[in-house]
This record gives sequence, structure tokens and C-alpha cells, in this order.
Amino acid sequence: MIKARVTVTLKNGVLDPQGKAIEGALGALGFDGIGQVRQGKVFDLQIETGDKAKAEADLKAMCEKLLANTVIENYSISFA
Amino acid sequence: MRIASNIGLIAWNCALAASETASNCMSFKRRRQGLNRTMKSAVVQLPGLNRDRDMIAALTKISGKAPVTVWQTETELPDVDLIVIPGGFSYGDYLRCGAIAARMPVMQAIKAKAEQGVKVLGVCNGFQILVEAGLLPGALMRNASLKFVCREVKLEVVNADTDFTRAYAKGQIIRSPVAHHDGNYFADSETLKSIEGNGQVVFRYAEGTNPNGSMGDIAGVMNKAGNVLGMMPHPENLIEAAHGGSDGRGIFASALEVIAA
Repeated sequence: MIKARVTVTLKNGVLDPQGKAIEGALGALGFDGIGQVRQGKVFDLQIETGDKAKAEADLKAMCEKLLANTVIENYSISFA
Repeated sequence: MRIASNIGLIAWNCALAASETASNCMSFKRRRQGLNRTMKSAVVQLPGLNRDRDMIAALTKISGKAPVTVWQTETELPDVDLIVIPGGFSYGDYLRCGAIAARMPVMQAIKAKAEQGVKVLGVCNGFQILVEAGLLPGALMRNASLKFVCREVKLEVVNADTDFTRAYAKGQIIRSPVAHHDGNYFADSETLKSIEGNGQVVFRYAEGTNPNGSMGDIAGVMNKAGNVLGMMPHPENLIEAAHGGSDGRGIFASALEVIAA
């Protein structure tokens, strides 16, 4: 079994109102010097295969088809 | 649903004369049978959509014929002139609004119909589903205010030369309710330039009523071929006197060709 993590983040230049709100809230808690906060998503997947290359290809397809909206988001794949 | 109390009835048909020249540039050869045939419509149903009944009522009242309902697992669609994806919260808005619905079998069937030139209208969550399915450009993001907005806005009819807006005049301001959390339209600068240039921006929030931070105040966008329209506002909730106005009626009247085209 392969354990993988997919991280989806907003592309540069895409407004992230949630990140902005979190940034403001952190500032209000007294955390100074925060340049920017961008919110993203993390998916942990367990894939029943021993073939890492196939798993990676499948994960890429999953990102393209569903996990990320490539109009506004980037994704990256890592293995545990 | 809050409907504003001012009954500023802007007659949707006052624009008929101005738009009756509806040229063929944006429309397919779909006006074939003229006015004598009752146009048929279908309403798509998915778990979590909740504006389907309002949409069915609007289509029935305006066309005189109840729409066919289509469940998400359908792979073949009935022969209709207009397919409507109504609003709501399909799949609980999980992952991204409309993301999961956009991958259901019925969407493949809708894509195929759209390619044949059948009209497709997505309202609110329906709009989100259409952009997630790649049938319309751009993306709909969380409202800039981070708040769910439920209120009435003003819309400018930017393009009245479409199969969905023929009943209006270019530049006409109409009233429409909105109710959404993720209606903040985004497209990269190249896409934005191209949709503006092609006349694909059909509605804009007018008079400072942009409720969600949408780029260019964009409220409704269509595809390049002109037969797929998505919009965040709910025209189906402003179609008769009991709603306090009928400004939204023209969209259905245009699409269902119940007005002189």
C-alpha cells in the first residue's frame, strides 16, 4: 500500500479572502510580522498498489479531474 | 427569500422592439420552428439541489408545459430545447461548490447536448456546476465578504443579443434576487479579456450592487457558441406579481421562445 499526500493551493494572483481573514485574525491575536496567509487543502490517500509510478500517474489524473480546479489551483503530490 | 418591497416593475417585454433584430451571430440555427411549437425543457436534479421546484414552477408558468426532470445518473437526455441546472447545494458544497456534481454521469450527457447546440442554463449552484464541468470559463470563489448573501441586486443586461436575453434591451437594468456563498467570479486576465471581447459577459451587477466581489462585476457568463449561460442571480424567483416583480421572466421567455424572436 502506498500512502500519498496531495496538497492543493491557490495559484498566485488568485484572491484568497479566507486567507486574508485568517491573516487578520492572527494579527488580532498578537502575531506580528505575518506577510501573507494563503489557505489550501490537504488530501491523504491510501492506494492499494505496490507500483509507485502507477500510483503517481493515477494521483495526477485525480488532481486534474477532481481534487484541484486547475483554473484557480495548483497541486503537488508527495509520498510518505 | 426576501423580496424587496418596492414594486418597480420593469416590464420585461418593453425591450422587444429593440432586440428583435436578434442577429444570428450568437445563436445557432435553433429558431427553426418559430413560435408555434411549445418549447420543451428539462430540469436536472442532484442530491442537495433545492431550487429545482422553483425552477420547475417558473418553466411551467412561462412555457405552459412542465419540464421533464432528469436525475444525475441519467446518461441520455430527452429531446428538449432547454436544459436547466437549478440552484442549491449539490453534494453539500463539499470539495468545491459544484465540483462533485460536475463529475456525475448526467453532465457528460449535458456536454454532448450542449455541443449539439441545445440551450443550457445554470443558475447559482447550476452556474458553479457548469464552470466546474468546463462548459463555461472561469471559476466561482468564496464571496469577498466571506458571508452568505441573500438579497436583491440590480443587473445590467450587457448582451441582449443572445438566446437568453432577447426579451431585454442592451443596457437595461433589471432586478434579481441572489442567494449564495460562492459567487465571486474569477478568470485569469487572458480569459477575462476574451470573454469581454466576445460578448460572453451577459449580466453585470449594476449600480454598486456587486454582492460578492466578482471581477468586472460579472454576474452571468455564456460560452463562446452562445448556447450555455450561467448566472449567480435567481431569475426564477422574480417572474410574477406574487414575487413582487417579473424582471426575471424575460430570460425564460427568451430561451423558450415564448416571445416574438
